[in-house]
Amino acid sequence: MQFRSQAVAKPYFIAALALFTGQILFGLIMGLQYVVGDFLFPLIPFNVARMVHTNLLIVWLLFGFMGASYYLVPEEAETELWSPKLAIVTFWVFLAAGALTVLGYLLVPYAALAKLTGNDLLNTMGREFLEQPLPTKVGIVIVALAFLFNIGMTLLKGRKTAISLVLVLGLLGLAVLFLFSFYNPANVVKDKFYWWWVVHLWVEGVWELILGAILAFVLIKVTGVDREVIEKWLYVIITLTLITGILGTGHHYYWIGTPEYWLWIGSVFSALEPIPFFAMTVFAFNMVNRRRREHPNKAATLWALGTGVLSFLGAGLWGFMHTLSPVNYYTHGTQITAAHGHLSFYGAYVAVVLTMISYAMPVMRGRQANSNTAQVVEIWSFWLMSVSMFLMVLFLTGAGILQVWLQRVSETPLSFMGVQDQISLFYWMREGAGLVFLVGLIAYLSSFFIKGETRAA
Amino acid sequence: MSTSFTASMARNIFYGGSVFCVLLFLALTFDTTRTLPGRDNSANLTPAVVRGKHLWEVNNCIGCHTLLGEGAYFAPELGNVYLRRGPEFIKIWMKAQPTGSPGRRQMPQFNLSDDELNDMVEFFKYVSEIDTNNWPPNIEG
Repeated sequence: MQFRSQAVAKPYFIAALALFTGQILFGLIMGLQYVVGDFLFPLIPFNVARMVHTNLLIVWLLFGFMGASYYLVPEEAETELWSPKLAIVTFWVFLAAGALTVLGYLLVPYAALAKLTGNDLLNTMGREFLEQPLPTKVGIVIVALAFLFNIGMTLLKGRKTAISLVLVLGLLGLAVLFLFSFYNPANVVKDKFYWWWVVHLWVEGVWELILGAILAFVLIKVTGVDREVIEKWLYVIITLTLITGILGTGHHYYWIGTPEYWLWIGSVFSALEPIPFFAMTVFAFNMVNRRRREHPNKAATLWALGTGVLSFLGAGLWGFMHTLSPVNYYTHGTQITAAHGHLSFYGAYVAVVLTMISYAMPVMRGRQANSNTAQVVEIWSFWLMSVSMFLMVLFLTGAGILQVWLQRVSETPLSFMGVQDQISLFYWMREGAGLVFLVGLIAYLSSFFIKGETRAA
Repeated sequence: MSTSFTASMARNIFYGGSVFCVLLFLALTFDTTRTLPGRDNSANLTPAVVRGKHLWEVNNCIGCHTLLGEGAYFAPELGNVYLRRGPEFIKIWMKAQPTGSPGRRQMPQFNLSDDELNDMVEFFKYVSEIDTNNWPPNIEG
């Protein structure tokens, strides 16, 4: 580790992995509820489990992004972090806010939680992914501001590289776009229109800048390829991202009451959205092939390559599959959407955070790379998690195709619940794949505790 | 990539291209906002509908159902439930939950008053009258 203050990233990564584990457990509960409908009812109704599952995902990825930034920016800026103390304070504030929110979801009926937390003051709750009570939302803004201030001050006093500038641009966009979560008009069409400014412009916009920057940083470290080359790639990738992604928001404006021209704009631009992900895959493989050193951390390199491939599959291919409006007319809001959601979040954001953790954690623990045994287990966990996720997505895609056919295409359409009964076999197989994912996650976590011979960093 | 194409050229294309797309997106947003009243059924946004939307939110209905295809995929689409089931069925249904039949998906009992149930129905009626380019493909949602 080049700068002592980079070590503040460690608690962020540990918290991220703990919350990741929680997310998976709640995912398994939901998966079972799909086939054993009354499982854990009324203790944990499906909507509560889902809220916990998705909110934990968002929060742990944010922990991952913040940890990655605290590690990356001092090293890129070649200076100590402006205030490690502030970083630790915001860590505890964010963790407490996250824990209290999840406990609130689990212990209090949602309507009571809304009343209790001042939702009548400014109603922002009860919208997908933005279910957090008002105090949590305000807390997220405060933590984001303190975090950005800390990172910004560090950058100002140090070297300004393209990687850290792109990262900060992404983080800034993340914070600014989150402000739209406070806007909840009574008009459902407007509500949905601006809701996507948070959700779509996050994951198919500014988050990709963060992803690109983290990936570029790790690739420089593990391959030793010239910074000039890597930064050029980074700019090309994020240019493609924003040119396709911003107007690609239109693929959410087909059926929610917005004008018809979005059918064209959304189809054309979002059809191009796989291109930046394809470029990312080519980038990762190219850099690794042109490597000028043999970094001992093989696991981190695998995760970096995996990010490229899996994000292209999940976000690129599975996104393209249902993004053209004539196709989306039939697939909108089915298990096809769920399949795409899972592989894109795993392939892009989960994988990039785990790439960073895989690279940085050994360094923060005083070695260049983990022992061979630990890396073998980590590499196994990569394959277990990635293959089981891919299978899960295939099963959900099968479920989705049948659902579309039986419910929307057939001459004699079945009702929603009638269809769900027909396709339950696919849900069972999905749950099975989910259990394998859990095994992979346990292997991953255990790799942190495996000792063995290592070289000092 | 060739050496004549430098990182700073790539950076300039990034800033230029992104700003252009943001401006185009904002212009389209402006136009959408202008044309929405003809499509979004906002003429029928009565106080009952507003209360209904609030109930929809504070009971986290989106955690199981979709509304115009957005939400969770655990329970039926409700954007057109008013047309599919009609007002009386919706109220009776919500009062009867949970069914408690073993192994079946369960909907919680939200203990809504008769007035609140009417507000919910008004909300569903309003959503069903939004011009959605003929989505969903059929009444089953």
